[in-house]
Amino acid sequence: MIAEAGLAALWLAAALAALQFALALGAGGAEGRALATIRGVAVAQGLLTLAAFAALVILFLRTDLSVLLVAENSHADKPWLYKFAGTWGNHEGSMLLWVTVLAIAGAVVALFERHLDERTLGFSLAAQAALALGFFAFLLFASNPFERLNPAPAAGRGLNPLLQDPGLAFHPPTLYLGYVGLSVAFSLAVGALVTRDVGPALARAMRPWVLGAWVLLTLGITAGSYWAYYELGWGGWWFWDPVENASLMPWLAATALLHSLNVLAARGGLRAWTMMLALVAFSMSMVGTFLVRSGILTSVHAFAVDPTRGSFILVLLTLYIGAALALFAVRIATVKEGAPFDPLSREGALVANNLFLSVILGIVLIGTLYPLIAEAATGEKLSVGPPYFNATAGPLALILAALMMIGPQLRWRRDRGPMLQRLAPGIVVAVATLVATLLLAPSISLLSRLGLALGAGLVPASLAPLAGRALRRTPLATWGMCIAHLGVAAALIGMASDSAFTREKLTTAVPGDRIEVGPWLVELRSIRPVAGPNWTALEAELRASKGAGVSVLKTQSRYFTEPVTTTNEAAIETDWNGQLYAVLGAEDVATGRWQVRLWWKPFVTLIWLGGALIGLGGLLALIGRWWRAFRTRRRFVEAEW
Amino acid sequence: MSRARFLPLIVFALLVVAVAWRLATPKDDRVASKLEGQKLPAFALPPAVPGKPGLSSADLATGSPRLVNIFASWCVPCIAEAPVLLELARRGVPIDAIAIRDKPEDVAAFLARHGDPFQRIGSDDRSQVQIALGSSGVPESFVIDRKGVIRAQHIGPIMPQDVPAILQAMEEAK
Repeated sequence: MIAEAGLAALWLAAALAALQFALALGAGGAEGRALATIRGVAVAQGLLTLAAFAALVILFLRTDLSVLLVAENSHADKPWLYKFAGTWGNHEGSMLLWVTVLAIAGAVVALFERHLDERTLGFSLAAQAALALGFFAFLLFASNPFERLNPAPAAGRGLNPLLQDPGLAFHPPTLYLGYVGLSVAFSLAVGALVTRDVGPALARAMRPWVLGAWVLLTLGITAGSYWAYYELGWGGWWFWDPVENASLMPWLAATALLHSLNVLAARGGLRAWTMMLALVAFSMSMVGTFLVRSGILTSVHAFAVDPTRGSFILVLLTLYIGAALALFAVRIATVKEGAPFDPLSREGALVANNLFLSVILGIVLIGTLYPLIAEAATGEKLSVGPPYFNATAGPLALILAALMMIGPQLRWRRDRGPMLQRLAPGIVVAVATLVATLLLAPSISLLSRLGLALGAGLVPASLAPLAGRALRRTPLATWGMCIAHLGVAAALIGMASDSAFTREKLTTAVPGDRIEVGPWLVELRSIRPVAGPNWTALEAELRASKGAGVSVLKTQSRYFTEPVTTTNEAAIETDWNGQLYAVLGAEDVATGRWQVRLWWKPFVTLIWLGGALIGLGGLLALIGRWWRAFRTRRRFVEAEW
Repeated sequence: MSRARFLPLIVFALLVVAVAWRLATPKDDRVASKLEGQKLPAFALPPAVPGKPGLSSADLATGSPRLVNIFASWCVPCIAEAPVLLELARRGVPIDAIAIRDKPEDVAAFLARHGDPFQRIGSDDRSQVQIALGSSGVPESFVIDRKGVIRAQHIGPIMPQDVPAILQAMEEAK
């Protein structure tokens, strides 16, 4: 019954999306009552989609095995949190979640956006409805999550145990909220291109969505990176896997968009760039989610390939992205350009930021798609790995970091003030660090060395915009920028330190053996079996010490029975200056010795701490902008009254 | 902004073509060996166990296709593969083997325990022939045609579901 109700809600929502599209286009700008009607339709569509998603959640919580999707992806014995998370741990459920977020985002824009020109808003809502309509059709015709299974099986088929992790349960929804939040920027850009009304008002309408989406993407990527680090047991934090790239590309585009939006909002400039980036950011989200998840690019995360679904998705993407890019090509020449500026100015620095981020985005896109294109062109199978990405994106990211030391300190329009004084703290710290690494660690790689130096120099440089200001009166958005840039500095130092100073030890041991890694002395104490709710494991107890005090680490090799899978639970000891990372491998049957892998990773935690700081900075900026908008509105109302 | 504004659209169109091609061509996850279609490198290996001849490249260009299995007594997946090789031998597939970094007594014990489908076994105690064949691990198997040309490479153990593909490759190598 619940499944049928959910399906009905989905059909109704799809019908409303069609209605919204027709109304918004038919009204040719949709003023007055028509816009009010469209707003109502958009809200109803959002609520119905949410109801459909709630129905699927209930089916998963009850483990209703008469529903095909539940039977294939869940199991009655699973802890309830994973039953809940199982709702989106599969193709159909994740698509439903995607559409739900899309429809709700549309409803929120329709309901709360009051400052934008009504014609532009009308066309934007038409674009948002068109997006939703396509994905509703995809769900209903090619990926119905509510399909029944008759007869119902006695037990479900489980969930990938790798996904049975509290962090990962909420990782996909966070990323989806980020991806789909960018859909609003896309729709607003389409609306503005149709009416040729690209200006500061549009930037201000777009900014909270981009900021919010960007914060969620930042946090989602950071959390995903930490998950891969401790769950996969390889000791790495980024693998340039197509799925990781799929989340990185929208993030890069959104980061560029965020910066160019500020130019558009404050100075009315960079109109073409901003529109392009708004279209690209969501296009990348769609390309990322759909192409990778449909298995067109091979990845460890891939869902099974289904040619019908693949073709359906390809048609949708071609329609949306193709139409948007064509609209851009036709209209952008007639959009008025904003105020001119000097190359040496805040605008100039932000253009450089945009260029470098776009080039990095292009590099990641080429690297991700190259195997596909190469096979199409020459029939040769190949894969593109970390050496390509590190060698190309790495130096560009470092140049970007160097620019970050300068850009935020420049004035708008043109800057003729004395430069050296403002830049001195950052440069002094960077050079001092460079000299220190040359003396103390002469053998580390050039990229790591420069990363350490620039990261260190970026610490004072990112705080410099706060210098000489009354801190309590400094806008939250400025605080947000400084904290986010500080986060970049922290992450950069963490990455460089991890690649320069990591010590690795792969050895075999029996209980009682002692292993040295970096400053640590680690003793393997015991290996014994333990049991969890739906797994059994071999657990190694390690005692680690570096001078004073002993830490106990417990690492497990887990065996899941439904389905049969082994996972490595790394044991991680976090110290103020880094992490000791231990993984238990297989037993060598002949000798009775156990494989043990140990890593000492100095300052690796800064990578994720930096990611969190970047997200926090974005959040502060978002709150600051809201607060300011709220206050001006109140003042406005008071004045009117 | 004159012509450049069409650039994103063109790039996207190329992307669509590539993806459409991928959808139209059925996915083939098999990574073809660079050596497929090439003549076997010349080698001559001493016997790995007493009482059974060693293996040289001349033994593999005999006018009928043969399967060459690379294995080792210390290799666990090779145990999993052993019954399938026996079944292939029972169905009339001539199988030779190369034992990698092994000792005669260990190989003999392995064959006594898990069955012996092999007609000849060469001992490659420094992995030199293995490397020349482009093989990176054990077990691996090669289908060699009647002229001594490599026709197929199977990486990892041959499991029951791989048998039809192996038999077909043997058939095609005739």
